[in-house]
Amino acid sequence: MGRSVTYNGWCGLSKVARQLRWQIICGLTIVGSFFILEGEASQDRLQLSQTCPPSFSLSEDHRCLLRHRYQFYDSLQDSGIGGLKTALPDGRDGFRPEQIDLGRLLFFDPILSADHSLSCATCHNPKQGFSDGLGRSVGIRGQIQKRSAPSLWNSAFLSTFFWDARAQSLEEQALSPLFNDHEMGNTPDNLMSDLSSASNYQQLFDQAFPSDAQALSIANIITALSAFQSSLISLNSRYDHYAHGYQDALSDNEIAGLNVFRSFVARCSQCHTPPLFTNQQVAVIGTPEPEGLPRDVGAQETFDSKVLRGGFRVPSLRNIAQTAPYMHSGRFKSLREATEFYTGGRGHAVPEGEEMLLHWHISEPNLTAEEIDQLVDFMKTLSDESLTPKIPAQAPSGLPFKHREIFHEQT
Amino acid sequence: MNKPNRLTVILALVTFAVGWYLGSDDKGMTITSSVGGSGYGGGYEQETQPIQDEGAVQPREQQGKTHVVNPGDSIQAAVEIAQPGDTIQVMPGTYSETVYIDKDDIHLVGVIVAGERATLDGRKTLNDAILYSGNDVIIENFKIIDYKGNGIMSQAGNNFEIRNNLIVDTGIYGIFPQLGKNGLIEHNVVSGIADAAIYVGMSDNIHVAYNEVFDSVAGIEIENSRHAIVEHNHTHNNTGGILAFITPGLPIKDTYDVIIRNNFILDNNTPNFGAPGSTVAGIPAGTGILIMAADDVVVEGNIISNHKTAGILITDHGNAANLTLDPESDPNADGAMILDNVMLNNGYDTIDEVKAFALTELHTGNIDIFQIGPTEGSCIINRHRYHTVGIDDFSECDFTNTDNIHNYLIAGGAERRVIKASERGEIAYLGVCTGCHAYAGRLIGPSVMEIQALYANRPEDMVKYINAPTPMRADYPEMPAQNYLDAETQLAVANYILQVGN
Repeated sequence: MGRSVTYNGWCGLSKVARQLRWQIICGLTIVGSFFILEGEASQDRLQLSQTCPPSFSLSEDHRCLLRHRYQFYDSLQDSGIGGLKTALPDGRDGFRPEQIDLGRLLFFDPILSADHSLSCATCHNPKQGFSDGLGRSVGIRGQIQKRSAPSLWNSAFLSTFFWDARAQSLEEQALSPLFNDHEMGNTPDNLMSDLSSASNYQQLFDQAFPSDAQALSIANIITALSAFQSSLISLNSRYDHYAHGYQDALSDNEIAGLNVFRSFVARCSQCHTPPLFTNQQVAVIGTPEPEGLPRDVGAQETFDSKVLRGGFRVPSLRNIAQTAPYMHSGRFKSLREATEFYTGGRGHAVPEGEEMLLHWHISEPNLTAEEIDQLVDFMKTLSDESLTPKIPAQAPSGLPFKHREIFHEQT
Repeated sequence: MNKPNRLTVILALVTFAVGWYLGSDDKGMTITSSVGGSGYGGGYEQETQPIQDEGAVQPREQQGKTHVVNPGDSIQAAVEIAQPGDTIQVMPGTYSETVYIDKDDIHLVGVIVAGERATLDGRKTLNDAILYSGNDVIIENFKIIDYKGNGIMSQAGNNFEIRNNLIVDTGIYGIFPQLGKNGLIEHNVVSGIADAAIYVGMSDNIHVAYNEVFDSVAGIEIENSRHAIVEHNHTHNNTGGILAFITPGLPIKDTYDVIIRNNFILDNNTPNFGAPGSTVAGIPAGTGILIMAADDVVVEGNIISNHKTAGILITDHGNAANLTLDPESDPNADGAMILDNVMLNNGYDTIDEVKAFALTELHTGNIDIFQIGPTEGSCIINRHRYHTVGIDDFSECDFTNTDNIHNYLIAGGAERRVIKASERGEIAYLGVCTGCHAYAGRLIGPSVMEIQALYANRPEDMVKYINAPTPMRADYPEMPAQNYLDAETQLAVANYILQVGN
């Protein structure tokens, strides 16, 4: 079956669609009215979506504004942390729908890497929780990275990025993999030249950034990627149903897990604090590196501080069941193994002679095997991929996709 | 340090010389009467906050049901059937369970009969006695023993009252509200706790009064919190009596506007038995009050006696051990304000670090008040009454009492957000429905336009359907039930869908 024939419905009958010829196939997204019309022949004009993805409403000035049920609540000092009915941190929004959609196309297009061998989705694959199933991701020319690819779900709510907390915005974050020698290995000049010569992109950028004289620019690439990432919302898990007040959403066993999770014996919720399941701080917990690898000093470098040696940003646990293996370099294969680490004893995996100022919540909870199972069961209730965006039918560059097991599953 | 520090010696000599010079001058004591003097002007939005006398939870206009729990019954089972507005009465007897309250406006009340209490017994196998996340929760009159984690813990409940509970050896914290606003903790007796008997963490507008706390590492702890008053408590035989501090590395970064007044703080010399790595593990045994990096802390009218390290210990982060780095937390204890306190026999056998610093001021012997690290805006009255170290930079306070501040509770409770039905409908539509339904055209389910045609003027029927969907179209996947949405939201979203445009 041809790659482009993936459609199981009919087009959204927007005005634009009506104006287009029938042989143009509508690439419906999985989600909402968020779609792109993609021509079979590359010379047909690609039309970016003019409606917002789900969980966003379109404002009068044509911006997508984030709307979700946690906006019913508040949080102490607007911190976005707390308990069940607590507000999230302010989400990043306000992008134009076309920018989000352009970001989606860029995200899956290998044209972003220097040798066109990988796209963002190679390491942040929607089929794998926007990660890649690897302990340490593989960059350009097969280079193995130091760390795993963090999931991108709910990154709209984050205030720091990367395991070592070195970036403070989605934009700052997006720059790094693009132009890092070990990751996508590109240069601004080369990227601009590649995108300028790909026939579709000039007009796509014009659609997304209509007021810019020079719409195709590095800054706008970054904006579009950030816009797309900000649209990856996962807030309708069974846990969320419970949090909003439906007490039958979780089984007794899962609720027992929630109670272990928030208890001060296990203390999980002290750092993985609801509703985002991260408090966005750096914590030194002393997990082991994969065998034979040197200690990753993590946030010590970012903050130039020895007390943060081996410190990493606390990851969100939303959709955590989808992103094995776990910890910054994937030392733990399963969620259960990762959970067991915390009951192994304070500093049990810190090698002799290694000085680490372990976080005060790394303690001796002596959890039972049953409690660990319950914690794992509870964490699985944090899964919600209902708003997974549609993978484009094809990359605007015409390059073959470089992420795993996508197409046949879609068709 | 192996060698004697030459600089320290020189500094000590200079200090001595200056001290001798000043001492020889006729620089008199400033004697201030704290009776009828000026009141504290720095409190929290006093002018906009009427005095709150009723407590932190508003009296109910209408009482809901009362659920009575007898020995042999499960308290949790009663919580599960209770609706907001209900009261759960627990009769005397022993209950071994973890009670969790994830709903609003529940009063959980133990019934005391001739001294016999409803007793929650964790048998050293259960983690926590009571967990809650709801707003407007009252928990009173229980006896709680032998849990491993907490006696009573909350995450994010606003407007709470925790009252008249007897809590013995419940692990790490006795009473631990976190991330909530507007709470009253009073008349509790808490003992044998491995961290803090009463721990207010990352909270605002808290009143801790008339509690007795003892045989714990920390008596009462105000951490990364604001607008808190700790008064009329009896804290004795802990490692440290009352603490106000900032722990770096937490998501809420500051502690300020704390009043510690009229407490009995006695004999807190218990050897520290805090867990290794815990923040309280660094408290020197024999500390009456510890202020670490917290700002605008008023200490007034306390009786602080018999602490071997110091009566009041004020420090910045720089002089405390084992803290993480947090560029977002201000490490200094600014604005310490020490009014009249009765201080007897403190600092009689202090720790080496305190002794060494005291020596730089040529101070030997007892220490009532010890301050180390940079501080700005700190003040004291009647300093001559005490043995002090490190407070030369403290000015004379321009007030003598906090009588004008009754409490920091919020009249009417923390603001509740009123959610309009239209807003409920829109948010549920965008956050839930649009995942499967596009306005025009099939996505996963049929289009909103088709749904509008089907249910025009019949929102109730749409509600019925989404609660228990049945397959209507052969080639469509079955719709999952949306019964987790509450009835009000279901109707709101049905109405919303029927009128929404593209």
